[in-house]
Amino acid sequence: MSTATVDERLLRTSVWKKLLSRPELGAVMGAVAVFVFFSFAADSFLRMSSLSTVLYAASTLGIMAVPVALLMIGGEFDLSAGVLVTSSALASSMFSYQMTANVWVGVFVSLLVTLGIGIFNGFMLTRTQLPSFIVTLGTFLMLTGLNLGLTKLISGTVQTKSIADMEGFSSAQTVFASEISIGGVNFKITILWWLALVALATWILLRTRWGNWIFAVGGNGDAARAVGVPVTKTRIGLYMAVAFGAWISGQHLLFSFARVQSGEGVGNELIYIVAAVIGGCLITGGYGSAIGSAFGALIFGMVSKGIVFAEWNADWYKFFLGAMLLLATLLNHWVRKRAEATK
Amino acid sequence: MAAVLGATITGCSSTGGKRAEDARKASAEAQGKAAVNTPRWTFAMVTHSGDGDSFWDIVQSGARQAAVKDNINFLYAHDDQAQQQAQLVQSYIDKKVDGLIVTLAKPDAMKGVMANAKKAGIPVITVNSGSAESKEFGALSHIGQDEEIAGEAVGEELTKRGRKKALCVLHEQGNVGHEQRCAGAKKTFKGDLQNLYVDGTNMPDVQAGIGAKLQADSAIDTVITLGAPFADAAVKAKKDAGSEAEVDTFDLNEDVARGLQAKTYGFAVDQQPYLQGYEAVDLLWLYRYNANVLGGGRPVLTGPQIITEKDAGALLEYTQRGTR
Repeated sequence: MSTATVDERLLRTSVWKKLLSRPELGAVMGAVAVFVFFSFAADSFLRMSSLSTVLYAASTLGIMAVPVALLMIGGEFDLSAGVLVTSSALASSMFSYQMTANVWVGVFVSLLVTLGIGIFNGFMLTRTQLPSFIVTLGTFLMLTGLNLGLTKLISGTVQTKSIADMEGFSSAQTVFASEISIGGVNFKITILWWLALVALATWILLRTRWGNWIFAVGGNGDAARAVGVPVTKTRIGLYMAVAFGAWISGQHLLFSFARVQSGEGVGNELIYIVAAVIGGCLITGGYGSAIGSAFGALIFGMVSKGIVFAEWNADWYKFFLGAMLLLATLLNHWVRKRAEATK
Repeated sequence: MAAVLGATITGCSSTGGKRAEDARKASAEAQGKAAVNTPRWTFAMVTHSGDGDSFWDIVQSGARQAAVKDNINFLYAHDDQAQQQAQLVQSYIDKKVDGLIVTLAKPDAMKGVMANAKKAGIPVITVNSGSAESKEFGALSHIGQDEEIAGEAVGEELTKRGRKKALCVLHEQGNVGHEQRCAGAKKTFKGDLQNLYVDGTNMPDVQAGIGAKLQADSAIDTVITLGAPFADAAVKAKKDAGSEAEVDTFDLNEDVARGLQAKTYGFAVDQQPYLQGYEAVDLLWLYRYNANVLGGGRPVLTGPQIITEKDAGALLEYTQRGTR
């Protein structure tokens, strides 16, 4: 028995190699590059108040990017996520107004409605075995129509009536849409929600059985089922997580502005997916991280506001975004190959 | 004969095209010098426009023209989602610009950042939409068209023309201003007016929607569209349906001016977008320079201006250079 034949699974890998094999590496590098770039390109970018605006933009996107990243690790899409945010805000606002209820009742009803839609998505997916692309495309269109149709039917116009003077509004505003002043600079509370969600999702992914299930379901659903992973429950749970994120974002929208525009949210679902992909999620599932999605959202926030600070023509914004997506994905791909080759 | 053939083969056109456009631009830019010696202030404009909207291009060209004259560094950004528009305004406040021009299409969403601008001591002028909220939110002036008044003007014009049954085509579901236009027209029109919703991002759908309605109800003698590009679709739909209805439209562009001349359209209602951009920048400059405020706390109206066949000839030239 010689000491040279240690089992390869017990071999110590260097810290460097460990870092290289992290899915969020590409996004972190990208975020640093974008930050340095705009620090030089835009003189007002480094002000604390500017950074607070950047963080706010990143957080409103990031709150949705976290559950969408989990869902993508689980191997599925949700194209209804963008309008679901609007649906959630509408449900809350219209229930409170029409029932003349304390707005917290509306907030709670909205949570049930939104989670219900999440369950519907998951249930349709697991029952019909159709691709999630098709199922959620259906829900996306149905929700877009419902948002407009129901709002017009109930409120008479295409936006909801203001609930700013109703009971519970100010306390709900404190929870979902207030500002916290640190050293004279105002930070939006959504940043806290975002960080909390990232921490929670990371803990679930890396430290719990549910996390293992998510990776297993996304890696190979049939194999996961064969070894006893509750595949159906995991998938439905993931859609409920997206719905939960949509609920927080929706309540933020409502309590920031007191009114909701029924036609908004279309197109945002793709931005969430982009943030998750930049953050290292594989489109085929089974790989990715929640922290990565946070850096993906941060890159978005920095680019969208950096272009304004740098006085560039905003017409080009989408082009930069697309280029960034391709670069980040290529970088991820390259890093992963290198990491696997040196194992 | 040989010369014509030669020109055709080499593919040159002696009229129109890029060359004519460049010549127009060169003559316009020749005069592009500041007329004042005030410091170079930075003014930013944030609108609720979608990507690539021709209306907002005209607003911008008005603002840029005034910016050149007033020695202003003019910045422009837009987003059709309320939250994003508010964030853009906040970015410019962070950037400490010297003046802000904002549209209040979704006023509740802009309330917070308007207050922030006030706190930061940045003067704000609202344009286009938000005449009701502008003063309350602390803006210096509002420059735009009251959508309801514009609609009422249309209703009156329709009555004057002896129309009986009109169709108001809304191309953007969820736009409050559009609803107000049709409601205003309904109020003053003596005949019957119905609303029709179509998907403005999908032209074939617009055409098919109007066509189907005209076929279903042959009593409709007028179609009103709320944007210039949709008037063209309405004319095509009318032909397909074999209807004799008159097509009238809100807003103006080159094709509408031509159409008015050719009597394809009855009349157009213009809100003079160029003026909204130009005046906003100029009034901010006046405020910075001389603390002048226009409007006396009431909206400064840039419309409605009813344009018929008579005016179309002169306006055609201006639409071609992108200022009307």
